[in-house]
Amino acid sequence: MSPFVRKKVIDRAVTVACVLATLVALVPLVSVLAYVTAQGAAGLSATFFTGLPKPVGEPGGGMANAIVGSLVVVGIACAIGIPLGVAAGVYVSELGGGRFAKLVRFAADVLGGVPSIVVGIFVYALVVVRTKHFSAWAGGLALAVIMLPTIVRTTEELLRLVPASLREAALALGVPRWKTTIFVVLRTAAPGIATGVMLAVARVAGETAPLLFTAFNNRFWAESLGDPTATLPVQIFTYSVSPYDDWQRQAWAGALTLVVLVLVLNLVAKIVIQRRVRSR
Amino acid sequence: MTSVPPSAPEPRPEKMRVESLRAYFGDALALKGISMSVPERCVTAIIGPSGCGKSTFIRCLNRMHEVTPGARAEGAVFLDGKNILGDDVDPVDVRRRVGMVFQKPNPFPTMSIRENVLAGLTLNGIRPPDPARLVEESLRQAALWDEVKDSLDRTGTSLSGGQQQRLCIARCLALEPEVILMDEPCSALDPIATARIEELIHELRERFAILIVTHSMQQAARVSDFTAFFYMGELVEHGTADVIFTKPTSSRTEDYITGRFG
Repeated sequence: MSPFVRKKVIDRAVTVACVLATLVALVPLVSVLAYVTAQGAAGLSATFFTGLPKPVGEPGGGMANAIVGSLVVVGIACAIGIPLGVAAGVYVSELGGGRFAKLVRFAADVLGGVPSIVVGIFVYALVVVRTKHFSAWAGGLALAVIMLPTIVRTTEELLRLVPASLREAALALGVPRWKTTIFVVLRTAAPGIATGVMLAVARVAGETAPLLFTAFNNRFWAESLGDPTATLPVQIFTYSVSPYDDWQRQAWAGALTLVVLVLVLNLVAKIVIQRRVRSR
Repeated sequence: MTSVPPSAPEPRPEKMRVESLRAYFGDALALKGISMSVPERCVTAIIGPSGCGKSTFIRCLNRMHEVTPGARAEGAVFLDGKNILGDDVDPVDVRRRVGMVFQKPNPFPTMSIRENVLAGLTLNGIRPPDPARLVEESLRQAALWDEVKDSLDRTGTSLSGGQQQRLCIARCLALEPEVILMDEPCSALDPIATARIEELIHELRERFAILIVTHSMQQAARVSDFTAFFYMGELVEHGTADVIFTKPTSSRTEDYITGRFG
């Protein structure tokens, strides 16, 4: 075999291997989606989205409270986690070159490695025990803590990708440092940061463990953010380990709802961000 | 190209004066005591081999040097007689009066052409009374208006390299600076774009004091009234461009401009 032919053969072989690996990697993704859709579609109905859970033995009922509860708890998590995380990321990347910034970065990495159930216990001890109440607040706080490291690190890394020449351009126009950071650096990195934030949101939206003893669960509508609150993941967990067929069917429907919810959130965020970027 | 070398310039009032300027990066001394004067409405070119402190020098003139972590400057830089290195001077004010154009064109990628021109004002929260006119005037002065007047909403980064650089010049002009610093403004551009920028420098010198750092001796000879030769952080020779390029007094200047080193 001439060297040229050999090169061509190797090129082909590696290409085929890469394509195969990609297909294998797609198998779990596609099969999870397909299976959840197949199983979940059966349980979907109008009452599933509007009704409250029925007592055991009574067929029907829905997860309306859990769907709203999930949105509320994730909303609280975003309200706490996104500003804190982005601000900390800006600090680490733009302002702190010193030891404290290194410490923050290290702490974020450690926090990112903490199992989510441990975060749940921590918030339980910190909030639930003191207020003597499971609540949406506690659940949101737990999810915020879980989001934080991802947001801090993606923000930091994306800010680092903004070329130094842009910072200099703004500074040389007599723009003060803080305005440069917010209106030039952060704005340039915004689409990327938003994508990172959305990934973090998508991840926590499916977290179950930290909600078990923070938001807990509720068979009825939570009357306030201080009440125990039903969420989709916890509801799915409760229903799927139950022995009742009807509940198990609803668990699948809940799983499908959760997947679609995260997908829609992601899409909406992407579209909004792209619109804003393009309109500028 | 209208790059006729300027004839012996008539004396102009002094716009900036630098006295014993020493610049450091950490402990490393990059400028070893520079003193020179920058006249009004003239082009002063700074030439010298890489690492001789040319860029550091002009970055001291609008206090951009200190933006680099660990960098500081000593000595005095007078702008209209006031020492802008003084502790009582806000670098932000200096930078509005002394504009800068960088080696690589750096328009803001999130902004349209129009927004880029106005960026120096809007980022500072200033609303110009007539933004449309300011945009047109600035772009006209930067010789870019005719090329972009129908596409002011396109992003600044969609332009070609040479157009981007002229956009950066327009952005600088919109702030109505008194001095313009140019740090190798053509080194990332092709010869045609370079020629356009040089023409532009010729026009701008009617109104501003311009300092330009360049690696191209030909460019320095073409555009400058005065030329300063830097070597190893020192000012070796400074005089009218004619003299520097035809009968330099220092042998090091002569060696450099004749291409024997650097």
